[in-house]
Amino acid sequence: MSAPRPPLRLAVALDAPPGSGAPVPYDAQHFVALARRAERGALDFVTLGDSFARPGLDAPAVLARVAPATDHIGLVPTVTTTHTEPFHVSTAVATLDWVSRGRAGWAVAVSTTEADAALFGRRAAAPPAEVWREAGEVADVVARLWDSWEDDAEIRDRAGGRFIDRDKLHHVDFTGSSFAVRGPSIVPRPPQGRPVTLVDVPPAAGPAGVPGAGETTDVSDRAVREVAAAHADVALVRADDPQTAGAARAELRARARALGRDPDLLLVLASLPVELAGPADAAGLAELLGDWHAAGAADGFHLRPADPARDLALLVDGTVPALRDRGLRPPGRPGGTLRDHLGLPRPASRYAPAREGS
Amino acid sequence: MMSPTSPTPPPRKQIHLAAHFPGVNNTTVWADPGSGSHIAFSSFAHLARTAERGLFDFFFLAEGLRLREHKGRIHDLDVVGRPESLTVLSALAAVTERLGLAATVSATFNEPYELARRLASLDHLSGGRAAWNVVTTSDAFTGENFRRGGYLDRADRYTRAAEFVATARELWDSWTADGQPRPFAHRGEHFAVHGEFTVPRSPQGHPVVIQAGDSPEGREFAASAADVIFTRHSGAEAGRAFYADVKGRLARYGRRPGDLKIMPGVTFVLGDTAAEAQEHAAEIRRRQVSPQHALLALEQVWGVDLSAYDPDGPLPDIDPDPHGELAQGRVRIADPKAVADKWRALSRAKGLSIRETVIETTGRQSFIGTAQDVAAQMDAFVQTDAADGFILVPHLTPGGLDPFVDRVVPLLQERGVFRTEYSGATLRSHLGLPEPARTGGKGGRP
Ligand SMILES: Cc1cc2nc3c(=O)[nH]c(=O)nc-3n(C[C@H](O)[C@H](O)[C@H](O)COP(=O)(O)O)c2cc1C
Repeated sequence: MSAPRPPLRLAVALDAPPGSGAPVPYDAQHFVALARRAERGALDFVTLGDSFARPGLDAPAVLARVAPATDHIGLVPTVTTTHTEPFHVSTAVATLDWVSRGRAGWAVAVSTTEADAALFGRRAAAPPAEVWREAGEVADVVARLWDSWEDDAEIRDRAGGRFIDRDKLHHVDFTGSSFAVRGPSIVPRPPQGRPVTLVDVPPAAGPAGVPGAGETTDVSDRAVREVAAAHADVALVRADDPQTAGAARAELRARARALGRDPDLLLVLASLPVELAGPADAAGLAELLGDWHAAGAADGFHLRPADPARDLALLVDGTVPALRDRGLRPPGRPGGTLRDHLGLPRPASRYAPAREGS
Repeated sequence: MMSPTSPTPPPRKQIHLAAHFPGVNNTTVWADPGSGSHIAFSSFAHLARTAERGLFDFFFLAEGLRLREHKGRIHDLDVVGRPESLTVLSALAAVTERLGLAATVSATFNEPYELARRLASLDHLSGGRAAWNVVTTSDAFTGENFRRGGYLDRADRYTRAAEFVATARELWDSWTADGQPRPFAHRGEHFAVHGEFTVPRSPQGHPVVIQAGDSPEGREFAASAADVIFTRHSGAEAGRAFYADVKGRLARYGRRPGDLKIMPGVTFVLGDTAAEAQEHAAEIRRRQVSPQHALLALEQVWGVDLSAYDPDGPLPDIDPDPHGELAQGRVRIADPKAVADKWRALSRAKGLSIRETVIETTGRQSFIGTAQDVAAQMDAFVQTDAADGFILVPHLTPGGLDPFVDRVVPLLQERGVFRTEYSGATLRSHLGLPEPARTGGKGGRP
C-alpha cells in the first residue's frame, strides 16, 4: 500500500550544548519561555538532557513545571537508568504523562563514570555495554509497569463497593540481570498508554568499523542500538550526511523487524546541531531538512541549537513556515498527545488480551 | 471579612493549615456522585488552588510504593492508584504562586543524592515552596518493587532516615554563599558518597522537612531533624500529651518549641446547624463503611477469612488468629484479641450489626458542626497546645476543601488566628521557620 508521504517530524533540544559556556538556567521561566516558543512553531516535542553530574535541575521536574504552561508540545526529559530505581523511572514518566495530558516521553540514558557512581555509593561504575544492556531491561520493565493497569481498570462499581476491577491489574514479575520488580504500578495507565520512549543512538560504525574506535566502543554502541531497536518509539541518530543517517535508519529498522516489531513504529530522527545567523539560514535549513527527508535519510529531525533562545526564534519564524510551504509540516494537529503528533498509535496493554482469551 | 473595629485581643497563637489530597483509604468517599477523578491533573490543580485561595501553608501528597493486598489480591474497595508526588508538585508550581508543596517520599527506597537533587529542583522551580515528608518503610512486601529489596531492619529505619536527612542537608549546604559548588564527602553507617552537588542552594536553603511516624524513635527523629510533624493524634487530650512529649524533646537538640510545628491530620463536616452537620457526618461514615468494607475491617482484626459472614448480622464468636496475615501494606494491629473483645462488647451492648459496629468504632470525623463551631473548636485546640495547626483531609475529590475555605477560613481570620494574606513567598516564611544556617560543608545540623 502506498501511503501519502508522512510529515517530517520535528523536535528541538532546550538545553544549550555542553561546553557552550552559556550560563546554566535554574529558573522555571527560562524553560517555559523556550517551550512556548517551540509550541508556537507547532514542533512535535522538546527534549531536555540530564545526568547526575551535569549542572542543572532535574529534567523531568523542569518539564513537569512546563506542562501546565503549555498546551500541545511534547515533553521529553532524559532519565538515566543506572542508579535510579526502575520503579521510580516508571512512575515519574507516567506522572509526567498525566500532568501534561498525554504529552510525555523519556530519553533513556545511562551513567558510566566513577564520579556518578560515587554520588550514590551503591555500585561501582560498569562498562557502557553492560549498563546499556541493563537500560534495555529498565525500558522493558518500565513499559510493562505502564501496561500493568489495563485502561478500563477503574470501574467505580457502587453496588459492589469496588473502585477497580482487580482482574485488570497485573503483577509484572520482571526479573532482570540486576534487579527484580513485582508490580503492579502504583500509577494508573497513563493517557498515552505508554509515553514515548526515545533512545539517542551513537553514529553508525559503518561496515568496516571506524578506524581508531576500539572494540569496546563498538560493543557498547551495538548495545545502544539494540536497546533502540527493541524498545524505542523514537531513535535519534547523530549523522553528518544523509547517507550515514539513512544507513543508520535502515539498520535500526531491520533490527526492529528481526525482533518482531513493525519497523514503522520506530521513528528515526536525524539529530543535528544548528546555529542560525539569520532568516536566510533558517530558510536554508528548511531546504536541507526537506532534501534529507526526501532522500529517505530520516523520519524527521531533532535539532540541537547552539543558542536555544536565538535559534528557536529563527526556526519557528523561518524554518517551520518554509517546511509548511513545502507540505512537509501539517497545518493543524491531528490530536492532543505526543503519539498523535508523531503518528504513532496508542498501544493496548499487553496484559489485556490474555484476559479476553481466557 | 476582617472587622477592623473589633477590640484588639491579646496576641493569639496563629493556626497553620495544610490540605491533604484525599488518600487511598476509606476516608475518601469515591462513590459519592460529586467525586471526581483521583488521577487527572485537574483534580490536583483544583484542590491546590482552593488551598491557596484559603491562604493555606501547604498542599500535601502521601505516598505508597506498593498497592495494598488483601488475601493475596489487590485491595479494591478504596481508591487505588495515584501519581508520583514530586512530579505532580512540580506541575502544581505552575498553577499556584505561594502555596507550599509537600511530597511524601520514602527514605528507604531512595538515595540521598538523587532525592536531594529532586527536592532542590522543586524548591527552585516553585520559588521556595518545597517540603519533604520523610517516611520510613521496612516491609519486604514493598521492597519487592525495588532493587534495594526489603532487607532493611525495622530498627534501622530511623537511623537510615536520620542519616539520609543529614546527608541531604550537607548537599544543600555544599554551595558557597557566592554561588560556587564545593565538593562534599559523607561517610556513615548507611551512606558513603562524595562528589559535587549540581544544584545551587535553593530559595529556602533547605526544603521544609516533615516527619510522620509515632514511635519513640520516630518522635526523637522529628525532634532532632524535622520542621513539621504530621501526626494521627487528633483528639484534644491525646493531642496535648503528644504535643508536650515532642516539644519536650527539642531542647536536647538546641531547638526552641516554635522550631517544630505539630499538625495532626483531621477531618471535618460542616452543616448550617449542628444537627444537620451531625446527620451529614453520619451519612458520610455510612458511605465510608460499605458492607464490603465492614467485612474487610473485621478480617484485618481477626486475621482470617470472614467472607461468609453477613455484614448486617452479628460479629463472629470465634477469636482472632494472632498469626493471621491477610493484609499486606498496612500497619499491623498490635493486640487483635483485645480489639475483637471490645467490638463484641459494643455490639452486644447496643445491638449493633457488623457494619454498624465498624461505623461506630472507626473514623469519627475530628470536627463536626457549623462553620462557627468548627472554627471555635480548632482555635481552642491550638490555643490549648493540642496542635500548632492541622492537615485537613477532605473526604471528596476535588471539591471537598471548598466549603472549609469558603466558610471556616474567614471565621478563623475574624478570630485573629489565621493570616489574611501571605506575608512571604516561601513555605518557611508561612510556617515562621528561620532560614537554615549554612554549615561548613561537613556534617548536618547539630
Ligand atoms: C500521620 C502519618 C502519615 C503517614 N503517611 C505515610 C505515607 O504517606 N507513606 C508511607 O509510606 N508511610 C506513611 N506513614 C508511615 C510512617 O512513615 C512509618 O512507617 C510508620 O508510622 C511506622 O513508624 P513508627 O513506628 O515510628 O510510627 C505515615 C505515618 C503517620 C503517623
